[in-house]
Amino acid sequence: MNTITQNQSTATPNSVNPKQVGEIKVTNVGKTYGAAQFAKEVLKDCSFTIERNKLTVMIGPSGCGKSTLIRLLAGFEKPSSGTIEIDGKRITGPGRDRLVVFQESALFPWMSSYDNIMYGPKARSENTQQNRDQAEYLLEKVGLSAFREKYPPQLSGGMQRRAELARAMINNPDVMILDEPFRGLDCMSKELMWEYYSGLYEESHRTNFFVTTDIDEAIFLADRLLIMSNIPGQVRAAIEVDLPRPRRLAFVFDNDRAIAVKMEALAILHQEAMKSFSGGSKAAADFVEAYSKRSGGNGSAGSKKPE
Amino acid sequence: MNIKRFRKELFSRSKLRAIIAIFVFLALWELGSRSNEWFGFTPPWIGHVPAPTAVLVAWYALLGDPGYWQSWYLSTLRVLAGFFAAMLIGIPLGLFMAVNKTFNGIVFPAFEILRPIPPLAWVPASIIFWPTQELSIAFVTFLGAFYTIVINVVGGAKSIDVRFFQSAQSMGSSQWDVFRRVVLPATLPSIVVGSAVGMGITWEVVVAAEMISGGGGGETGSGGGLGFFIWNSYVGGSYEQIVVGMISIGIAGFICSELLRKLGSFFTPWLKKR
Repeated sequence: MNTITQNQSTATPNSVNPKQVGEIKVTNVGKTYGAAQFAKEVLKDCSFTIERNKLTVMIGPSGCGKSTLIRLLAGFEKPSSGTIEIDGKRITGPGRDRLVVFQESALFPWMSSYDNIMYGPKARSENTQQNRDQAEYLLEKVGLSAFREKYPPQLSGGMQRRAELARAMINNPDVMILDEPFRGLDCMSKELMWEYYSGLYEESHRTNFFVTTDIDEAIFLADRLLIMSNIPGQVRAAIEVDLPRPRRLAFVFDNDRAIAVKMEALAILHQEAMKSFSGGSKAAADFVEAYSKRSGGNGSAGSKKPE
Repeated sequence: MNIKRFRKELFSRSKLRAIIAIFVFLALWELGSRSNEWFGFTPPWIGHVPAPTAVLVAWYALLGDPGYWQSWYLSTLRVLAGFFAAMLIGIPLGLFMAVNKTFNGIVFPAFEILRPIPPLAWVPASIIFWPTQELSIAFVTFLGAFYTIVINVVGGAKSIDVRFFQSAQSMGSSQWDVFRRVVLPATLPSIVVGSAVGMGITWEVVVAAEMISGGGGGETGSGGGLGFFIWNSYVGGSYEQIVVGMISIGIAGFICSELLRKLGSFFTPWLKKR
């Protein structure tokens, strides 16, 4: 019962008193796969901070080591060099203080929505009335009360993502780590999920780390935007996205500040994307040359802000 | 209303086609078998097969024969004994092989050497190994299901999405909890598939094993199982009974597979509800 009243009190926006936890410091982290001449350096000297009680979004070209970084943050793998600390403690393995919401769905297909949400509490032998009530509350909150007995394959893509958010939230982690959670959703449900997810965040102001390749998604959600370089991955830039909350689609996409941030981010991403092309074949290099000539000539959107 | 629907169902195009196909098949069979007495010539192959009506008559006569039902009973018993032994040993073995690399490294090579040996090649050895005929037949049927079940369980358990383990781990699952609530249910569909295929093989194997070993029956030939029943009918020159035996095995195998399928979908309810 207790948890529910607690949660309902945090449900009023802006009257928040969140847990002051979940600061993650990544210092000079490198990750190399394979050995000797076959070694592939995915991350190199990567340093950044995920600030407490903020929604940090990381965006970067595909294949830049974002997913690797997430596996390191979650503790599924260990960095080859450097350190990762959460609230001053070294991360040495997976833990319930950092929960990952995966690309596409990692819901257990053999469990109903309700059982999926109750997985964490049951795993820790905390199948208490309080947690059961909390599960019902979260089901209601993510709009799945009518689907509590359904199996994940019976749910739509958007429902699965919401069930997965609920499954993570019931464990009350210090940090939620989301690896492109809305990838593969159609355009409409994706935008609905943005509003929905940022609403959830605005209620709790839990520390969130959200990885994506979608620039609009990044700007809509972020308090702070980290831009990754090409492989080996490093954080190229950090932009404060100081747009007011609660965020609404109509507002964010018709806002000068949002457009300015988008341009700034795109300029950096564009440079990084070009690097990956010119590092490749002759044909790719020709393409890059032609593209830069063309965009230099008539000043198309991508190259408006070269630096 | 209901009758109308039933009639519609019965005479839907695909059903009708199926029924016609079966009747045409039976009619051609009847024609071929009887052409000697009706037209005075014997067509190759089909001319030597007893006609379906004759088979039906023979079958009807057998329905009251306890020996016939004894054959059913014995074959089923042997199949189930071998099959359940294969499940009992094969599922834990497969799971353990999938979970533990060291164990897999030790067991897998021997397993792969033995696997290509067809179960029927084991019949003579098995007769020497085991004290009773009954046990040696059950052992051969066991082998038939065992390899398929193990291979499927190992494959199923190894192909579990690594994200399932990662989520479970970060939500605080212990190793035993991961095994019980992730590995087992995730492998269940493969266990069902392996068992269904294994069940089919046990029926193939039991029949052959009974034919070769003499079925452990007495002098009269009653009580030797369906495989021996067929062989005995052949030796005794009762060709109708051969066909009765063949169809009986088909029915028995079908019932077993169907039961297994029902049981399987009962244990994996999330698979059918798409």
